[in-house]
Amino acid sequence: MNGAQNGAAAIARGIRLDLQKIAELVKPGSRVLDVGCGDGALLYHLTHTKQVDGRGIEISQEGVNACVAQGLSVIQGDAETDLKDYPADAFDYVILGQTLQAMREPKTVLSQMLRIGTRAIISLPNFGHWRLRLKLLFTGRMPVSDALPHNWYDTPNVHLCTIHDFVALCDELGIAIERCYTVSAKGSIREVRPTSSAANLLGSEAVFLLRD
Amino acid sequence: MSVSPSADTLAPPAGRTVVLGSVEPLKLDSGVELGPFTMAYQTYGALNADRSNAILVCHALSGDQFLAGPNPVTGRRGWWDNMVGPGRPLDTDRYFLICSNILGGCMGTAGPTEINPATGKAYGLSFPVITIGDMVKAQKLLIDHLGIEQLFCVIGGSMGGMQVLDWAVRYPEKVFSAVPIATALRCSAQNIAFHEVGRQAIMSDLDWCDGDYLAQGKRPERGLKVARMSAHITYLSETALHRKFGRRLQDRPKVSFGFDADFQVESYLRHQGKSFVDRFDANSYLYISRAIDYFDLAAEHGGKAAEAFRGTKTRFCVVSFSSDWMFPTSESRALVHTLNAVAANVSFCEIPTDQGHDSFLMEIPDYHKVLAGFLNGAAEHRGLTRR
Repeated sequence: MNGAQNGAAAIARGIRLDLQKIAELVKPGSRVLDVGCGDGALLYHLTHTKQVDGRGIEISQEGVNACVAQGLSVIQGDAETDLKDYPADAFDYVILGQTLQAMREPKTVLSQMLRIGTRAIISLPNFGHWRLRLKLLFTGRMPVSDALPHNWYDTPNVHLCTIHDFVALCDELGIAIERCYTVSAKGSIREVRPTSSAANLLGSEAVFLLRD
Repeated sequence: MSVSPSADTLAPPAGRTVVLGSVEPLKLDSGVELGPFTMAYQTYGALNADRSNAILVCHALSGDQFLAGPNPVTGRRGWWDNMVGPGRPLDTDRYFLICSNILGGCMGTAGPTEINPATGKAYGLSFPVITIGDMVKAQKLLIDHLGIEQLFCVIGGSMGGMQVLDWAVRYPEKVFSAVPIATALRCSAQNIAFHEVGRQAIMSDLDWCDGDYLAQGKRPERGLKVARMSAHITYLSETALHRKFGRRLQDRPKVSFGFDADFQVESYLRHQGKSFVDRFDANSYLYISRAIDYFDLAAEHGGKAAEAFRGTKTRFCVVSFSSDWMFPTSESRALVHTLNAVAANVSFCEIPTDQGHDSFLMEIPDYHKVLAGFLNGAAEHRGLTRR
Protein backbone atom coordinates (compact mmCIF):
# COMPACT_ATOMS: atom_id res chain seq x y z
CA MET A 1 0.00 0.00 0.00
CA ASN A 2 1.57 3.28 -0.93
CA GLY A 3 1.58 6.56 1.00
CA ALA A 4 -1.16 8.25 -1.00
CA GLN A 5 -3.49 5.34 -0.36
CA ASN A 6 -2.68 5.46 3.34
CA GLY A 7 -3.57 9.12 3.42
CA ALA A 8 -6.74 8.63 1.42
CA ALA A 9 -7.69 5.85 3.82
CA ALA A 10 -7.17 8.24 6.74
CA ILE A 11 -9.57 10.73 5.15
CA ALA A 12 -12.10 7.99 4.47
CA ARG A 13 -11.83 6.82 8.09
CA GLY A 14 -12.26 10.35 9.27
CA ILE A 15 -9.87 12.08 11.59
CA ARG A 16 -10.16 12.57 15.34
CA LEU A 17 -12.94 14.95 16.42
CA ASP A 18 -10.66 17.64 17.82
CA LEU A 19 -8.62 17.48 14.60
CA GLN A 20 -11.78 17.94 12.53
CA LYS A 21 -12.58 21.10 14.46
CA ILE A 22 -8.98 22.28 14.11
CA ALA A 23 -9.14 21.68 10.36
CA GLU A 24 -12.32 23.75 10.12
CA LEU A 25 -10.59 26.70 11.75
CA VAL A 26 -7.77 26.78 9.17
CA LYS A 27 -8.28 29.10 6.19
CA PRO A 28 -7.59 27.52 2.79
CA GLY A 29 -4.17 28.14 1.26
CA SER A 30 -2.56 29.22 4.54
CA ARG A 31 0.84 28.29 5.95
CA VAL A 32 0.50 25.68 8.67
CA LEU A 33 2.92 24.06 11.11
CA ASP A 34 1.54 20.97 12.85
CA VAL A 35 3.54 20.37 16.02
CA GLY A 36 3.49 16.72 17.04
CA CYS A 37 1.83 15.72 13.78
CA GLY A 38 1.96 11.97 14.48
CA ASP A 39 1.28 9.92 11.38
CA GLY A 40 0.28 13.06 9.45
CA ALA A 41 -3.51 12.51 9.38
CA LEU A 42 -4.37 16.19 10.01
CA LEU A 43 -1.59 17.50 7.78
CA TYR A 44 -2.66 15.21 4.95
CA HIS A 45 -6.26 16.28 5.41
CA LEU A 46 -5.33 19.99 5.39
CA THR A 47 -3.01 19.61 2.40
CA HIS A 48 -5.61 17.84 0.30
CA THR A 49 -8.82 19.57 1.37
CA LYS A 50 -7.55 23.09 2.13
CA GLN A 51 -4.46 23.28 -0.09
CA VAL A 52 -2.37 24.55 2.79
CA ASP A 53 1.42 24.89 2.67
CA GLY A 54 1.83 22.39 5.48
CA ARG A 55 4.80 21.40 7.60
CA GLY A 56 5.11 19.12 10.58
CA ILE A 57 7.35 18.30 13.51
CA GLU A 58 7.10 14.86 15.04
CA ILE A 59 9.23 13.31 17.73
CA SER A 60 8.78 9.64 16.80
CA GLN A 61 10.81 8.34 13.90
CA GLU A 62 8.04 5.98 12.76
CA GLY A 63 5.61 8.91 12.59
CA VAL A 64 8.05 11.03 10.58
CA ASN A 65 8.86 8.26 8.13
CA ALA A 66 5.14 7.60 7.60
CA CYS A 67 4.54 11.32 6.94
CA VAL A 68 7.42 11.81 4.52
CA ALA A 69 6.50 8.62 2.69
CA GLN A 70 3.08 10.24 2.10
CA GLY A 71 4.79 13.27 0.57
CA LEU A 72 4.27 15.50 3.63
CA SER A 73 6.99 17.95 4.70
CA VAL A 74 7.77 16.71 8.17
CA ILE A 75 10.94 16.76 10.24
CA GLN A 76 11.96 14.60 13.14
CA GLY A 77 12.35 16.91 16.09
CA ASP A 78 11.33 18.00 19.56
CA ALA A 79 8.94 20.95 19.79
CA GLU A 80 10.46 21.97 23.11
CA THR A 81 13.89 22.54 21.56
CA ASP A 82 13.24 23.07 17.85
CA LEU A 83 10.51 25.74 17.68
CA LYS A 84 13.07 28.40 18.57
CA ASP A 85 14.85 27.79 15.22
CA TYR A 86 11.95 29.13 13.18
CA PRO A 87 11.76 32.81 12.30
CA ALA A 88 8.94 34.98 13.65
CA ASP A 89 5.63 34.91 11.76
CA ALA A 90 6.70 32.07 9.48
CA PHE A 91 3.22 30.50 9.64
CA ASP A 92 -0.42 31.56 9.64
CA TYR A 93 -1.32 28.75 12.05
CA VAL A 94 0.76 26.68 14.43
CA ILE A 95 -1.23 23.67 15.58
CA LEU A 96 -0.72 21.54 18.66
CA GLY A 97 -3.22 18.71 18.99
CA GLN A 98 -3.50 16.98 22.40
CA THR A 99 0.16 17.50 23.19
CA LEU A 100 0.61 20.68 25.29
CA GLN A 101 -0.17 18.76 28.47
CA ALA A 102 2.73 16.39 27.70
CA MET A 103 5.29 19.19 27.33
CA ARG A 104 7.94 19.83 29.97
CA GLU A 105 7.49 23.59 29.54
CA PRO A 106 4.03 24.26 28.12
CA LYS A 107 4.31 27.98 28.78
CA THR A 108 7.45 28.33 26.64
CA VAL A 109 5.99 26.17 23.89
CA LEU A 110 2.84 28.28 23.82
CA SER A 111 4.85 31.50 23.57
CA GLN A 112 7.04 30.04 20.82
CA MET A 113 3.97 28.93 18.87
CA LEU A 114 2.60 32.46 18.86
CA ARG A 115 5.99 33.91 18.00
CA ILE A 116 6.41 31.83 14.84
CA GLY A 117 2.71 31.79 13.94
CA THR A 118 0.08 34.52 13.62
CA ARG A 119 -2.41 32.20 15.28
CA ALA A 120 -2.15 29.03 17.32
CA ILE A 121 -4.71 26.26 17.50
CA ILE A 122 -4.53 24.00 20.50
CA SER A 123 -6.59 21.07 21.69
CA LEU A 124 -6.42 19.79 25.24
CA PRO A 125 -8.06 17.18 27.43
CA ASN A 126 -10.10 19.04 30.09
CA PHE A 127 -9.24 17.85 33.61
CA GLY A 128 -12.22 19.85 34.86
CA HIS A 129 -14.72 17.50 33.19
CA TRP A 130 -17.39 16.40 35.66
CA ARG A 131 -16.67 12.68 35.32
CA LEU A 132 -13.04 13.21 36.28
CA ARG A 133 -14.05 15.42 39.20
CA LEU A 134 -16.49 12.80 40.44
CA LYS A 135 -14.02 9.94 40.03
CA LEU A 136 -11.46 11.72 42.12
CA LEU A 137 -14.08 12.74 44.67
CA PHE A 138 -15.69 9.33 45.09
CA THR A 139 -12.91 6.84 44.43
CA GLY A 140 -10.01 8.90 45.76
CA ARG A 141 -7.93 7.61 42.84
CA MET A 142 -6.41 9.46 39.89
CA PRO A 143 -9.11 9.45 37.20
CA VAL A 144 -8.72 7.38 34.04
CA SER A 145 -11.04 8.08 31.11
CA ASP A 146 -11.31 7.75 27.33
CA ALA A 147 -9.67 11.17 26.92
CA LEU A 148 -7.06 10.39 29.58
CA PRO A 149 -6.49 6.63 29.35
CA HIS A 150 -3.20 6.42 31.28
CA ASN A 151 -2.40 5.50 34.84
CA TRP A 152 -0.65 8.11 36.98
CA TYR A 153 2.68 6.25 36.70
CA ASP A 154 2.77 5.80 32.93
CA THR A 155 1.06 8.93 31.66
CA PRO A 156 2.92 11.22 29.26
CA ASN A 157 0.62 14.01 30.46
CA VAL A 158 2.81 15.76 33.00
CA HIS A 159 0.96 19.09 32.87
CA LEU A 160 -2.77 18.41 32.91
CA CYS A 161 -5.07 21.38 33.30
CA THR A 162 -8.69 22.44 33.17
CA ILE A 163 -10.18 24.81 30.62
CA HIS A 164 -10.15 27.52 33.27
CA ASP A 165 -6.49 26.86 34.08
CA PHE A 166 -5.61 27.26 30.42
CA VAL A 167 -7.65 30.45 30.11
CA ALA A 168 -5.78 31.85 33.12
CA LEU A 169 -2.43 31.04 31.47
CA CYS A 170 -3.51 32.80 28.27
CA ASP A 171 -4.47 35.85 30.37
CA GLU A 172 -1.07 35.80 32.04
CA LEU A 173 0.74 35.60 28.69
CA GLY A 174 -1.45 38.24 27.06
CA ILE A 175 -2.81 35.74 24.56
CA ALA A 176 -6.26 36.42 23.10
CA ILE A 177 -8.67 33.48 22.82
CA GLU A 178 -10.53 34.10 19.56
CA ARG A 179 -12.60 30.94 19.62
CA CYS A 180 -13.17 28.15 22.11
CA TYR A 181 -14.93 24.86 21.48
CA THR A 182 -15.62 21.88 23.66
CA VAL A 183 -15.95 18.28 22.61
CA SER A 184 -18.28 16.28 24.87
CA ALA A 185 -17.61 12.67 25.84
CA LYS A 186 -20.27 11.68 23.31
CA GLY A 187 -18.46 13.59 20.56
CA SER A 188 -20.64 16.66 20.08
CA ILE A 189 -18.72 19.85 19.43
CA ARG A 190 -20.01 23.28 20.50
CA GLU A 191 -18.63 26.77 20.65
CA VAL A 192 -18.46 28.08 24.20
CA ARG A 193 -17.36 31.09 26.21
CA PRO A 194 -13.92 30.11 27.53
CA THR A 195 -14.81 31.42 31.00
CA SER A 196 -18.07 29.44 31.14
CA SER A 197 -18.25 27.18 34.19
CA ALA A 198 -20.60 24.86 32.33
CA ALA A 199 -18.04 24.41 29.55
CA ASN A 200 -15.36 23.58 32.11
CA LEU A 201 -17.68 20.98 33.60
CA LEU A 202 -19.14 19.42 30.45
CA GLY A 203 -16.28 19.56 27.93
CA SER A 204 -14.19 16.41 27.74
CA GLU A 205 -11.75 18.15 25.40
CA ALA A 206 -11.33 21.78 24.34
CA VAL A 207 -10.09 23.43 21.16
CA PHE A 208 -8.75 26.99 21.27
CA LEU A 209 -8.00 29.43 18.48
CA LEU A 210 -5.41 31.81 19.90
CA ARG A 211 -3.82 35.03 18.82
CA ASP A 212 -0.98 37.02 20.31
CA MET B 1 40.36 -7.66 -13.76
CA SER B 2 44.11 -7.17 -14.00
CA VAL B 3 45.63 -3.77 -14.43
CA SER B 4 48.92 -2.99 -16.09
CA PRO B 5 50.59 0.19 -14.91
CA SER B 6 49.90 2.45 -17.85
CA ALA B 7 47.83 5.49 -18.53
CA ASP B 8 45.49 3.83 -20.98
CA THR B 9 43.98 1.52 -18.36
CA LEU B 10 42.06 4.57 -17.21
CA ALA B 11 41.02 5.73 -20.66
CA PRO B 12 37.46 7.05 -20.80
CA PRO B 13 35.02 4.15 -20.81
CA ALA B 14 32.09 3.77 -23.12
CA GLY B 15 29.34 6.27 -22.42
CA ARG B 16 28.25 9.74 -23.34
CA THR B 17 30.60 12.67 -23.32
CA VAL B 18 30.30 16.35 -24.14
CA VAL B 19 32.88 19.11 -24.47
CA LEU B 20 31.95 22.08 -22.29
CA GLY B 21 33.46 25.48 -21.56
CA SER B 22 34.38 26.10 -25.20
CA VAL B 23 32.63 29.43 -25.58
CA GLU B 24 33.63 30.66 -22.16
CA PRO B 25 35.97 28.79 -19.82
CA LEU B 26 34.79 27.62 -16.40
CA LYS B 27 36.06 29.98 -13.71
CA LEU B 28 37.23 27.81 -10.84
CA ASP B 29 37.19 28.92 -7.19
CA SER B 30 41.00 28.85 -7.23
CA GLY B 31 40.95 31.58 -9.87
CA VAL B 32 42.12 29.24 -12.65
CA GLU B 33 40.07 29.09 -15.86
CA LEU B 34 39.32 25.64 -17.27
CA GLY B 35 38.09 25.00 -20.78
CA PRO B 36 37.30 23.53 -23.07
CA PHE B 37 36.95 20.35 -20.99
CA THR B 38 35.25 16.99 -21.38
CA MET B 39 32.40 15.80 -19.20
CA ALA B 40 31.28 12.16 -19.20
CA TYR B 41 27.68 11.43 -18.22
CA GLN B 42 24.88 8.90 -18.47
CA THR B 43 21.12 9.35 -18.64
CA TYR B 44 18.28 6.98 -17.73
CA GLY B 45 14.59 7.27 -18.60
CA ALA B 46 13.20 9.88 -20.98
CA LEU B 47 12.96 13.65 -20.80
CA ASN B 48 9.31 14.72 -21.01
CA ALA B 49 7.97 17.25 -23.51
CA ASP B 50 8.21 20.28 -21.21
CA ARG B 51 11.59 19.14 -19.84
CA SER B 52 10.35 19.22 -16.27
CA ASN B 53 11.12 15.68 -15.07
CA ALA B 54 14.94 15.74 -14.92
CA ILE B 55 16.72 14.54 -11.79
CA LEU B 56 20.43 15.18 -11.41
CA VAL B 57 22.11 12.48 -9.37
CA CYS B 58 25.39 13.55 -7.77
CA HIS B 59 27.85 10.79 -7.02
CA ALA B 60 30.14 10.44 -4.02
CA LEU B 61 33.95 10.28 -3.81
CA SER B 62 34.38 6.85 -5.32
CA GLY B 63 31.22 6.82 -7.46
CA ASP B 64 30.86 7.51 -11.14
CA GLN B 65 28.30 8.28 -13.82
CA PHE B 66 27.22 4.64 -14.11
CA LEU B 67 24.30 4.84 -11.74
CA ALA B 68 22.46 1.71 -12.75
CA GLY B 69 22.87 -1.28 -15.01
CA PRO B 70 26.25 -2.82 -15.74
CA ASN B 71 29.29 -0.62 -15.14
CA PRO B 72 31.59 -1.07 -18.15
CA VAL B 73 34.73 -0.58 -16.04
CA THR B 74 34.02 -2.78 -13.05
CA GLY B 75 31.66 -5.22 -14.74
CA ARG B 76 29.45 -4.90 -11.65
CA ARG B 77 26.04 -3.25 -11.35
CA GLY B 78 25.92 0.54 -10.98
CA TRP B 79 26.44 2.03 -7.51
CA TRP B 80 22.74 2.96 -7.09
CA ASP B 81 21.26 0.13 -9.13
CA ASN B 82 18.80 -0.72 -6.33
CA MET B 83 17.40 2.84 -6.39
CA VAL B 84 16.86 3.15 -10.15
CA GLY B 85 14.23 1.62 -12.40
CA PRO B 86 10.48 1.30 -12.92
CA GLY B 87 8.69 1.29 -9.56
CA ARG B 88 11.84 2.22 -7.67
CA PRO B 89 12.33 5.61 -5.95
CA LEU B 90 14.24 6.97 -8.97
CA ASP B 91 11.53 5.71 -11.29
CA THR B 92 12.75 5.73 -14.88
CA ASP B 93 9.15 5.48 -16.09
CA ARG B 94 8.53 8.88 -14.57
CA TYR B 95 11.83 10.73 -14.27
CA PHE B 96 14.76 11.49 -16.55
CA LEU B 97 17.96 10.80 -14.61
CA ILE B 98 21.26 12.46 -15.35
CA CYS B 99 24.49 11.44 -13.65
CA SER B 100 27.82 12.94 -14.65
CA ASN B 101 31.31 12.00 -13.60
CA ILE B 102 32.44 14.86 -11.36
CA LEU B 103 35.10 17.36 -12.28
CA GLY B 104 38.41 15.92 -11.08
CA GLY B 105 37.10 12.37 -11.53
CA CYS B 106 38.77 9.59 -13.48
CA MET B 107 35.92 8.17 -15.54
CA GLY B 108 36.00 10.49 -18.51
CA THR B 109 35.39 13.97 -17.08
CA ALA B 110 38.30 16.41 -16.94
CA GLY B 111 40.62 15.45 -14.11
CA PRO B 112 44.28 14.71 -13.45
CA THR B 113 44.26 11.59 -15.66
CA GLU B 114 42.88 13.43 -18.68
CA ILE B 115 45.06 14.83 -21.43
CA ASN B 116 45.68 18.54 -21.15
CA PRO B 117 44.84 19.86 -24.64
CA ALA B 118 47.52 22.52 -24.18
CA THR B 119 50.38 20.06 -23.63
CA GLY B 120 49.13 16.79 -25.11
CA LYS B 121 50.07 15.06 -21.83
CA ALA B 122 48.04 13.96 -18.82
CA TYR B 123 47.39 16.83 -16.44
CA GLY B 124 48.72 15.07 -13.35
CA LEU B 125 49.28 17.61 -10.60
CA SER B 126 49.08 20.46 -13.11
CA PHE B 127 45.30 19.98 -12.97
CA PRO B 128 43.89 22.87 -10.92
CA VAL B 129 42.64 22.17 -7.40
CA ILE B 130 38.86 22.07 -7.53
CA THR B 131 35.99 22.53 -5.08
CA ILE B 132 32.48 21.13 -4.66
CA GLY B 133 31.27 24.45 -6.11
CA ASP B 134 33.42 23.91 -9.20
CA MET B 135 31.89 20.45 -9.68
CA VAL B 136 28.44 22.02 -9.50
CA LYS B 137 29.31 24.83 -11.91
CA ALA B 138 30.53 22.21 -14.37
CA GLN B 139 27.29 20.19 -13.93
CA LYS B 140 25.31 23.38 -14.58
CA LEU B 141 27.03 23.67 -17.98
CA LEU B 142 25.89 20.11 -18.74
CA ILE B 143 22.31 20.89 -17.70
CA ASP B 144 22.35 23.98 -19.93
CA HIS B 145 23.74 21.85 -22.74
CA LEU B 146 20.84 19.42 -22.29
CA GLY B 147 18.41 22.35 -22.53
CA ILE B 148 16.94 21.86 -19.06
CA GLU B 149 15.68 25.07 -17.47
CA GLN B 150 14.88 23.63 -14.04
CA LEU B 151 15.83 20.32 -12.46
CA PHE B 152 12.93 18.55 -10.82
CA CYS B 153 15.35 17.23 -8.23
CA VAL B 154 19.03 17.16 -7.32
CA ILE B 155 19.86 14.13 -5.18
CA GLY B 156 23.00 12.57 -3.77
CA GLY B 157 24.66 11.06 -0.72
CA SER B 158 27.86 11.95 1.13
CA MET B 159 29.95 14.19 -1.17
CA GLY B 160 27.01 13.94 -3.60
CA GLY B 161 24.89 15.52 -0.85
CA MET B 162 27.35 18.41 -0.61
CA GLN B 163 26.85 19.00 -4.33
CA VAL B 164 23.07 18.92 -3.76
CA LEU B 165 23.40 21.65 -1.12
CA ASP B 166 25.70 23.72 -3.31
CA TRP B 167 23.22 23.41 -6.19
CA ALA B 168 20.35 24.57 -3.97
CA VAL B 169 22.35 27.58 -2.81
CA ARG B 170 24.05 28.51 -6.07
CA TYR B 171 21.13 27.99 -8.46
CA PRO B 172 18.01 28.02 -6.23
CA GLU B 173 15.63 28.76 -9.10
CA LYS B 174 16.95 25.73 -10.97
CA VAL B 175 16.30 23.24 -8.15
CA PHE B 176 12.64 22.37 -7.54
CA SER B 177 13.52 19.79 -4.91
CA ALA B 178 16.73 18.70 -3.23
CA VAL B 179 17.61 15.49 -1.40
CA PRO B 180 20.88 15.75 0.54
CA ILE B 181 21.58 12.34 2.06
CA ALA B 182 24.13 11.45 4.76
CA THR B 183 25.90 14.74 4.36
CA ALA B 184 26.68 18.02 6.14
CA LEU B 185 26.91 21.78 5.72
CA ARG B 186 30.68 21.43 6.01
CA CYS B 187 33.37 18.81 6.15
CA SER B 188 34.26 17.99 9.75
CA ALA B 189 37.77 18.08 11.19
CA GLN B 190 37.57 14.31 11.67
CA ASN B 191 36.79 13.78 7.99
CA ILE B 192 39.61 16.10 6.92
CA ALA B 193 41.87 14.05 9.20
CA PHE B 194 40.88 10.76 7.57
CA HIS B 195 41.35 12.29 4.12
CA GLU B 196 44.81 13.43 5.10
CA VAL B 197 45.73 9.88 6.14
CA GLY B 198 44.61 8.70 2.70
CA ARG B 199 46.51 11.40 0.86
CA GLN B 200 49.66 10.76 2.87
CA ALA B 201 49.41 7.05 2.07
CA ILE B 202 49.27 7.87 -1.65
CA MET B 203 51.99 10.50 -1.58
CA SER B 204 54.30 8.26 0.49
CA ASP B 205 54.18 5.58 -2.20
CA LEU B 206 57.38 5.91 -4.24
CA ASP B 207 55.42 4.96 -7.36
CA TRP B 208 53.44 8.19 -6.93
CA CYS B 209 56.54 9.91 -8.45
CA ASP B 210 55.50 13.32 -7.10
CA GLY B 211 52.24 12.95 -8.97
CA ASP B 212 53.89 12.25 -12.32
CA TYR B 213 53.34 8.47 -12.29
CA LEU B 214 51.32 8.32 -15.50
CA ALA B 215 54.15 9.83 -17.55
CA GLN B 216 56.59 7.44 -15.86
CA GLY B 217 54.49 4.35 -16.53
CA LYS B 218 53.80 3.64 -12.86
CA ARG B 219 50.86 3.70 -10.47
CA PRO B 220 50.94 4.21 -6.68
CA GLU B 221 48.78 1.15 -6.07
CA ARG B 222 49.97 0.42 -2.55
CA GLY B 223 49.33 3.97 -1.41
CA LEU B 224 45.89 4.16 -3.00
CA LYS B 225 45.01 0.78 -1.53
CA VAL B 226 45.87 1.91 2.00
CA ALA B 227 43.92 5.14 1.43
CA ARG B 228 40.86 3.14 0.45
CA MET B 229 41.25 0.70 3.34
CA SER B 230 41.31 3.46 5.94
CA ALA B 231 38.44 5.30 4.27
CA HIS B 232 36.39 2.13 4.01
CA ILE B 233 36.42 1.74 7.80
CA THR B 234 34.75 5.16 8.07
CA TYR B 235 31.95 4.03 5.75
CA LEU B 236 30.94 1.19 8.07
CA SER B 237 29.86 1.01 11.69
CA GLU B 238 31.48 -0.87 14.52
CA THR B 239 28.28 -2.93 14.88
CA ALA B 240 28.18 -3.85 11.20
CA LEU B 241 31.88 -4.80 11.19
CA HIS B 242 31.35 -6.95 14.23
CA ARG B 243 28.23 -8.54 12.75
CA LYS B 244 29.92 -9.30 9.43
CA PHE B 245 33.34 -10.42 10.67
CA GLY B 246 33.60 -10.43 14.44
CA ARG B 247 37.01 -11.81 15.34
CA ARG B 248 36.63 -14.69 12.90
CA LEU B 249 39.83 -15.96 11.30
CA GLN B 250 40.38 -16.08 7.55
CA ASP B 251 40.67 -19.69 6.26
CA ARG B 252 42.73 -20.84 9.21
CA PRO B 253 42.02 -22.60 12.50
CA LYS B 254 44.26 -20.33 14.62
CA VAL B 255 46.29 -17.17 14.42
CA SER B 256 49.55 -17.42 12.45
CA PHE B 257 51.78 -15.42 14.76
CA GLY B 258 52.65 -13.30 11.73
CA PHE B 259 51.36 -10.36 9.75
CA ASP B 260 49.37 -12.11 7.09
CA ALA B 261 45.61 -11.40 7.02
CA ASP B 262 44.71 -13.65 9.97
CA PHE B 263 41.34 -12.02 10.50
CA GLN B 264 38.45 -11.93 8.04
CA VAL B 265 38.13 -8.19 8.53
CA GLU B 266 41.73 -7.73 7.33
CA SER B 267 41.15 -9.87 4.30
CA TYR B 268 37.98 -7.94 3.53
CA LEU B 269 39.73 -4.57 3.75
CA ARG B 270 42.60 -5.78 1.55
CA HIS B 271 40.07 -6.93 -1.02
CA GLN B 272 38.27 -3.58 -0.89
CA GLY B 273 41.59 -1.77 -1.37
CA LYS B 274 42.61 -3.99 -4.26
CA SER B 275 39.36 -3.70 -6.17
CA PHE B 276 39.40 0.08 -5.71
CA VAL B 277 42.90 0.36 -7.15
CA ASP B 278 41.68 -1.47 -10.23
CA ARG B 279 39.19 1.26 -11.04
CA PHE B 280 40.36 4.50 -9.48
CA ASP B 281 43.14 6.99 -9.97
CA ALA B 282 45.36 8.10 -7.10
CA ASN B 283 45.64 11.75 -8.14
CA SER B 284 41.87 11.92 -8.59
CA TYR B 285 41.59 10.70 -5.01
CA LEU B 286 43.81 13.57 -3.86
CA TYR B 287 41.81 16.19 -5.76
CA ILE B 288 38.37 14.94 -4.80
CA SER B 289 39.16 14.41 -1.12
CA ARG B 290 40.59 17.93 -1.07
CA ALA B 291 37.41 19.34 -2.60
CA ILE B 292 35.43 17.72 0.23
CA ASP B 293 37.80 19.17 2.86
CA TYR B 294 37.23 22.67 1.49
CA PHE B 295 33.43 22.39 1.60
CA ASP B 296 31.91 24.82 4.11
CA LEU B 297 28.65 26.47 3.07
CA ALA B 298 28.55 28.78 6.09
CA ALA B 299 32.05 30.12 5.46
CA GLU B 300 31.01 31.09 1.96
CA HIS B 301 28.12 33.13 3.39
CA GLY B 302 29.67 35.21 6.11
CA GLY B 303 29.64 32.38 8.64
CA LYS B 304 25.83 32.04 8.53
CA ALA B 305 24.64 28.99 6.63
CA ALA B 306 21.03 30.17 6.93
CA GLU B 307 21.89 33.21 4.80
CA ALA B 308 22.81 30.82 2.00
CA PHE B 309 19.24 29.47 1.92
CA ARG B 310 17.28 32.68 2.58
CA GLY B 311 14.21 32.92 0.35
CA THR B 312 14.61 29.39 -1.02
CA LYS B 313 11.53 27.84 -2.62
CA THR B 314 13.18 24.45 -3.02
CA ARG B 315 11.55 21.49 -1.26
CA PHE B 316 14.20 19.67 0.79
CA CYS B 317 14.30 16.12 2.08
CA VAL B 318 17.22 15.55 4.44
CA VAL B 319 18.07 11.93 5.25
CA SER B 320 20.56 10.54 7.76
CA PHE B 321 21.35 7.08 9.09
CA SER B 322 21.47 6.24 12.78
CA SER B 323 24.84 4.41 12.67
CA ASP B 324 26.64 6.84 10.33
CA TRP B 325 29.55 8.30 12.31
CA MET B 326 31.23 9.91 9.31
CA PHE B 327 28.23 12.18 8.62
CA PRO B 328 26.26 11.66 11.84
CA THR B 329 22.59 12.59 12.27
CA SER B 330 23.69 15.64 14.29
CA GLU B 331 25.11 17.12 11.05
CA SER B 332 21.81 16.56 9.23
CA ARG B 333 19.95 18.03 12.17
CA ALA B 334 22.13 21.14 11.99
CA LEU B 335 21.22 21.40 8.32
CA VAL B 336 17.52 21.04 9.16
CA HIS B 337 17.76 23.74 11.84
CA THR B 338 19.45 25.99 9.29
CA LEU B 339 16.65 25.39 6.79
CA ASN B 340 14.00 25.91 9.50
CA ALA B 341 15.59 29.23 10.35
CA VAL B 342 14.54 30.51 6.92
CA ALA B 343 11.20 28.63 7.05
CA ALA B 344 12.24 26.44 4.12
CA ASN B 345 10.07 23.52 3.09
CA VAL B 346 11.98 20.64 4.62
CA SER B 347 11.44 17.03 5.54
CA PHE B 348 13.93 15.15 7.66
CA CYS B 349 14.23 11.46 8.43
CA GLU B 350 16.79 9.49 10.31
CA ILE B 351 16.73 5.90 9.08
CA PRO B 352 17.48 3.33 11.79
CA THR B 353 20.18 0.94 10.52
CA ASP B 354 23.51 -0.47 11.69
CA GLN B 355 25.16 -0.22 8.27
CA GLY B 356 26.96 3.07 8.83
CA HIS B 357 27.64 5.75 6.24
CA ASP B 358 27.37 3.27 3.36
CA SER B 359 23.67 2.88 4.20
CA PHE B 360 22.90 5.50 1.58
CA LEU B 361 23.84 2.93 -1.06
CA MET B 362 21.81 0.11 0.50
CA GLU B 363 18.35 -1.16 -0.21
CA ILE B 364 16.73 -0.33 3.14
CA PRO B 365 12.91 -0.48 2.85
CA ASP B 366 12.21 2.54 5.15
CA TYR B 367 14.79 4.60 3.29
CA HIS B 368 13.42 3.77 -0.15
CA LYS B 369 9.84 4.39 1.04
CA VAL B 370 10.78 7.83 2.34
CA LEU B 371 12.57 8.81 -0.87
CA ALA B 372 9.79 7.48 -3.11
CA GLY B 373 7.17 9.26 -0.99
CA PHE B 374 9.03 12.55 -0.96
CA LEU B 375 9.68 12.47 -4.72
CA ASN B 376 6.06 11.53 -5.37
CA GLY B 377 4.81 14.41 -3.23
CA ALA B 378 7.18 16.83 -4.97
CA ALA B 379 6.14 15.48 -8.38
CA GLU B 380 2.50 16.20 -7.55
CA HIS B 381 3.41 19.77 -6.64
CA ARG B 382 5.44 20.08 -9.83
CA GLY B 383 2.52 18.71 -11.85
CA LEU B 384 4.41 15.69 -13.14
CA THR B 385 2.00 13.05 -14.30
CA ARG B 386 2.76 9.38 -14.26
CA ARG B 387 3.40 7.99 -17.69
